[in-house]
Amino acid sequence: MVGMLAQGFGVSLQIFFLTLLGALPLGVVVALARMSRFKPLALVTRFYISVMRGTPLMLQMFAIFFGPYYLFGISLGTDYKFTACIIAFIINYAAYFAEIYRSGIQSIPQGQYEAAHVLGYSRFQTFMLIVLPQVIKRILPAMGNEIITLVKDTSLAFVIGVAEMFSEAKALVASMKNLWAFAVAALFYWVFNLAIEVVLNRIEKKMDYYHE
Amino acid sequence: MNREANAGMAQGASGSGADVVVSLESIEKSFGDTVVLHDISLSVRRGEVVAIIGPSGSGKSTFLRCATLLETFERGSLSYGDLEVAKSGADGRAVYAGRAVQREAKSRFGLVFQNFNLFPHYSVLRNVADAPIRVQKRDKAEAERQARAVLAKMGLAGKEDMVPCELSGGQQQRVAIARALALNPDILYFDEPTSALDPELTQEVLRVIRDLAAEHMTMVIVTHEMSFARDVADRIVFMADGYVVEEGAPDQVINNPQHERTKAFLAKYEG
Repeated sequence: MVGMLAQGFGVSLQIFFLTLLGALPLGVVVALARMSRFKPLALVTRFYISVMRGTPLMLQMFAIFFGPYYLFGISLGTDYKFTACIIAFIINYAAYFAEIYRSGIQSIPQGQYEAAHVLGYSRFQTFMLIVLPQVIKRILPAMGNEIITLVKDTSLAFVIGVAEMFSEAKALVASMKNLWAFAVAALFYWVFNLAIEVVLNRIEKKMDYYHE
Repeated sequence: MNREANAGMAQGASGSGADVVVSLESIEKSFGDTVVLHDISLSVRRGEVVAIIGPSGSGKSTFLRCATLLETFERGSLSYGDLEVAKSGADGRAVYAGRAVQREAKSRFGLVFQNFNLFPHYSVLRNVADAPIRVQKRDKAEAERQARAVLAKMGLAGKEDMVPCELSGGQQQRVAIARALALNPDILYFDEPTSALDPELTQEVLRVIRDLAAEHMTMVIVTHEMSFARDVADRIVFMADGYVVEEGAPDQVINNPQHERTKAFLAKYEG
């Protein structure tokens, strides 16, 4: 039982890490687009964020998995399942991350930009060297919340038949006629989140060398 | 650009154009419908210290922000030495030069803010050395050596590895001055550099600025410290409501003001 769950947990971890890999940087782009002075771009991005946050991730996964077939008649095969799941997670989490980034970026005092401007830093340098490092420190607690939620959200992938841990647990519960598989699955999620908390705490401590 | 020193200036109108570090002519600036700068001109010669005084809301800071490219003005011209940053177009509106010229101009001045605006996540040394390395592309070791030297001159030797939040306000402002100096600017602007400091810390910052004046650093200082302005400045400009009301030698402006507005303002400071 534990072996099967561990195998499923491997898939859960793939979803988790691939989502972070895609959504962490994509969120920066979305946040910048959302704050763009070019109004149409800001408006479209606002709409995107609103839809992503305002509808269930489960539905989004369905839409991305079944959409190509029902809308365009394109058959992408069963391997597409996992890809669809990752795409849905990335674009959904990028929207949440973007809003957290935005709150952080907007909390940086104008004086920081002005000092960088006068010293001759380019806009890109100002963002990467001066703004972003300070933003990361400020948003770490909020990001921690979101990242821990993501660990648990990976279980939603079962709805389109991705064989992650929760799907395995469900199958085991059905075949073994007891709930032990669920309990062990819960333990997996919790222990992994404990590890994340430790890592986040360590990063927070590391950034504690200064305050404003 | 050989511009003569400002017309109506009390002194030194004979200074040749080559000696003029910055020249602002007939600057006009509005925020919406409110005109905040009316036809303001100022040119500063190498080695000169100019103090700008005046009540809050008189446009002093906005003027400084125009000179440092933090704000754009609608009319007038601005040049740093031979570098024309903005000139009056045919219709009288200011036309700004391209990005390359603006970048070059930024290497010719430094600005010290009222609230220091140090980068809190950088060490003191990196605050000072980072722009020389990343913006001016100078050699890292050389830039750090110079940064240490400038910090030492500011009385901050031994603080290089600290972060700004570990320093007092006066020390932070001295780091900010070091940061501006590290780019080897032709001119240094100060925007109320002691307004965020208590009296004791104010003195240590003023002392540093006095030392710079003694070394003939070209400076424009917006300040509310009247006795300091009188001591350190070669010329005082009194602004009110977006106009230059009066300017001249410190003795003349502070001890013997001609305009009622100047007299009323100074009366609040003289005991």
